[in-house]
Amino acid sequence: MRLKSRHLLGIESLTPEEIVLILDTAESFEEISRREIKKVPTLRGRTVVNLFMEPSTRTRTSFELAEKRLSADSLNFSASASSLVKGETLIDTARNIEAMAPDFIVMRHQMSGAPHFLARYCRSSIINAGDGSHEHPTQALLDAYTIRQKKKRIDGLRVAIVGDILHSRVVRSNVFLLRKLGADVVLGGPPTLMPLEIERLGVTVSHRMEEALDGADVIMMLRIQMERQGAGYFPSVREYYNLFGLTEERVRLAKDDAIIMHPGPINRGVEIESKVADGAYSVILDQVTNGVAVRMAVLYLLAGEAEDADPSEERPGR
Amino acid sequence: MDEATIDRTLTRIAHEILEKHKGTEGLVLVGIRSRGVPLARRLAEKIRKIEGKDVPVGILDINLYRDDLTTIADHPILRKTEIPFSVDGARVVLVDDVLFTGRTIRAAMDGIIDLGRPMQIQLAVLVDRGHRELPIRADYVGKNVSTSLDEKVRVSLREEDGADSVDIVPKEAR
Repeated sequence: MRLKSRHLLGIESLTPEEIVLILDTAESFEEISRREIKKVPTLRGRTVVNLFMEPSTRTRTSFELAEKRLSADSLNFSASASSLVKGETLIDTARNIEAMAPDFIVMRHQMSGAPHFLARYCRSSIINAGDGSHEHPTQALLDAYTIRQKKKRIDGLRVAIVGDILHSRVVRSNVFLLRKLGADVVLGGPPTLMPLEIERLGVTVSHRMEEALDGADVIMMLRIQMERQGAGYFPSVREYYNLFGLTEERVRLAKDDAIIMHPGPINRGVEIESKVADGAYSVILDQVTNGVAVRMAVLYLLAGEAEDADPSEERPGR
Repeated sequence: MDEATIDRTLTRIAHEILEKHKGTEGLVLVGIRSRGVPLARRLAEKIRKIEGKDVPVGILDINLYRDDLTTIADHPILRKTEIPFSVDGARVVLVDDVLFTGRTIRAAMDGIIDLGRPMQIQLAVLVDRGHRELPIRADYVGKNVSTSLDEKVRVSLREEDGADSVDIVPKEAR
């Protein structure tokens, strides 16, 4: 059993079996992070370029840690330091990196589809670490891993995802994944932050927090992207919190054993009450821990020389 | 080898391990996935019957330590390593079904040493079929079998395959 593609560009093109393979493999990697010597020689001599065109702390450090624990050599390019600010086009940057022959490129980019573009021009394995508002596959995988760890299953669970659905790549990847593994997904948030026709992905939409949370096994809160506040998606942060903030009182609408998730970074008092974020049912920090094991599993599985699938089959969108 | 022969062989190996170690002090068994694991459990059970003492049994997956990961297309499915005890100062007996090139054992030794500093590492195998590519030998051998390189030693164990047997078969068969 292996992954069909040598890239991980999104969840949309994965089969349920491939997703389960990644999650199962991640379980085997969990133990390494509890050892005294947290390192195995598996990817010795392989090179990973972390190409982050958008600021990221959690995802980048998580990938870096996964790479180091597998003994790969990694180097980082970031937006501020890279030649992109000097006017180089993406394709030229890609060709220059390609000329150094890395085995993997982990890429975060503000434009949807940028990693797919790179995958067509590079011989390296491309791992999408978030592209625009399209996909963030390793986040969805670590979310699924955390859900499976706490709930022992994904099939048949009711998952409520609340917040800025419109700009969130985390949501799209999660919806693809959770639907493929048989969970029911409810998306909650104000109409201005809800993409049109999102129901087509097989989800239910609710504009009332109480309705969205009703009977949920898992509550996934999304960050309100303060940098997009100027666009006037809602009148004020205060009003947003009153209508959609996750308070202790609202958590009670979900199942008694519901878990609270958040991809981070959290805005206390904007989308989530401090007491809830730090509460016993919060698994926000487990998500961070599990991220390393999941990314190790992805690197391990992609390091096998999978037959090259036609990259044109993996265009974003649709 | 049939079921009864395999059982007698394991009984002998259990006695040999106890004889060499003069008991079970500091002794741990580590089965190499996949067929080394049931063999290690059976040896522990035999040791318990003979000596009345429990010996810890661990499970080691050597895939992360392989020297051929860059050349095999289909990465083997990685399963858990479960060694719920400290190997520091322990006398570790690695257990596997077949000793062939020695590369698996090399990987297993690296895997164990990453977990701590054992006082000693020994090796017990059900079958030694020769053709070593590394300077590695077994301390406890069930049966030495001379084979050619176009043959395969097929070990079946009831825990994994439903029945116990060891056969030499042409390479293509499985």
